[in-house]
Amino acid sequence: MNIVMTVARSQTREVLRSRWLTSYALFFLAVTGGLLRFTGGDARTILSLASVMLFVVPLVTIVFATAYVYTAREFTELLLAQPVSRRRLFFGLYLGLVMPLVVALLAGVCIPFLAYGFDDPSQRIMLAALLGAGVALTMIFTAIAFCIAMWCDDRLKGVGAAIAVWMLCAVVYDGLVMAMVAAFANYPLERAMLVVTLANPIDLARVALLLQLDVSALMGYTGAVFQQFLGGAIGTLVAAGALSLWIAAPVGLGLRAFTRKDF
Amino acid sequence: MIEAHELCKRFGTIDVLRGLDLRIARGRVTAIVGPNGAGKTTFIKSVLGLTRPDSGMLTFDGVQIGDDDVYRARIGYMPQIARFPDHMTGLQLLALLRDLRGSATVNDTLAEALGLRGDLKKKLRVLSGGTRQKVNAVAAFLFSPELYVLDEPTAGLDPIASGVLKARIQLEREHGATVLLTSHIMSDVDELADDIIYLVDGRVQYDGALPDLKDEMGQSSLERAIAAMMSRRVAA
Repeated sequence: MNIVMTVARSQTREVLRSRWLTSYALFFLAVTGGLLRFTGGDARTILSLASVMLFVVPLVTIVFATAYVYTAREFTELLLAQPVSRRRLFFGLYLGLVMPLVVALLAGVCIPFLAYGFDDPSQRIMLAALLGAGVALTMIFTAIAFCIAMWCDDRLKGVGAAIAVWMLCAVVYDGLVMAMVAAFANYPLERAMLVVTLANPIDLARVALLLQLDVSALMGYTGAVFQQFLGGAIGTLVAAGALSLWIAAPVGLGLRAFTRKDF
Repeated sequence: MIEAHELCKRFGTIDVLRGLDLRIARGRVTAIVGPNGAGKTTFIKSVLGLTRPDSGMLTFDGVQIGDDDVYRARIGYMPQIARFPDHMTGLQLLALLRDLRGSATVNDTLAEALGLRGDLKKKLRVLSGGTRQKVNAVAAFLFSPELYVLDEPTAGLDPIASGVLKARIQLEREHGATVLLTSHIMSDVDELADDIIYLVDGRVQYDGALPDLKDEMGQSSLERAIAAMMSRRVAA
């Protein structure tokens, strides 16, 4: 445990000083500040912020984390040459990326909210749900980044693959859902759609969040199916459970790849 | 101290180690030399557990290198390429290694000897390549290990620093440490090594004491001895 935190702390200190991360925090600072000013800090603020976050957090996380793992490759070899197990080192390096990304996100979103002030307690729950989704997405896409960097030795291909994964989840997926709905319009698609939602962590986070915010108009096809079939409370639970699986699976795969890799 | 038997490693379609058989004796300086791509770095990385051999046996003090990690506490490693995180200082690097090793006692006299005192406070990124290589050397010598694994230790160092480092290697040997190094600089190998292992295409071409190789080839310098050995092979 001690070694995990030693590595994580050292890397967090390093990553927090990168310009990319500062820009990431400043971006959320500007977006949140602007939204609070224009919409007055009600549910609309959270919703607009949610759509920005669902788009930006996975993109920045997967690209930044993939590039970082490649850059740190030689240093990782030096760490591997110490009497430290690969397992501990993996968790140290993983947390050393998740922690600074989460710190930047939380700072960017929370500081404007604290400065603006909000008294409605239901809004605090919504904000907490939003941040929870952001943290979950950061954990998922950092783990996917580790998998990519371990499976592919070529840095350029790896970063390309990272962008491709994001495109698939954030852009292509919606098109595929629409195509599927159009092509099978005469068939009952609800159950199939449930499965499709579970296959995409970003959509899953979106549905989990919107079920929490209770705004069915914005749920889209998959979200509406989720609510209809599972209802608000159970739907949230299922979505949260599936998100946890989405964290565990790539972390497990990344750990496996890291412990078996030839450096 | 280290023994390899029938060690094989393949990367994709390339056979890097093809049945390596060798022994590295305790308390001696062993130099691994050979052309680029001969498998020197792959062998060193196998000793450190960074790379897992496909087949064969590789032992450290009689224990197969594999799942266990504690044996690395007895090794000080100086990698060929010294690349560190951008914002880390030399002192932070040394502190991190100390924390990872859980070692209370450190020996940083090499930093003093290399004149690094002030540079250790600076970010490693702003240091010149040679100065970073000095920090890299200090990190390897910090914990007075039993075995030093040095991958091209003098490459990129100025003559003074190179001299300091070589003197330190000799001192550690006198104190009973084992040294395993690779180098393309034959004069350095000539100066430092007791034993020499010559690798070509992942196989051992020569394994023995350095003076024996010179005698056998009838040459006074290592460079000529190796050239003579290679031409003899081509002729045969």
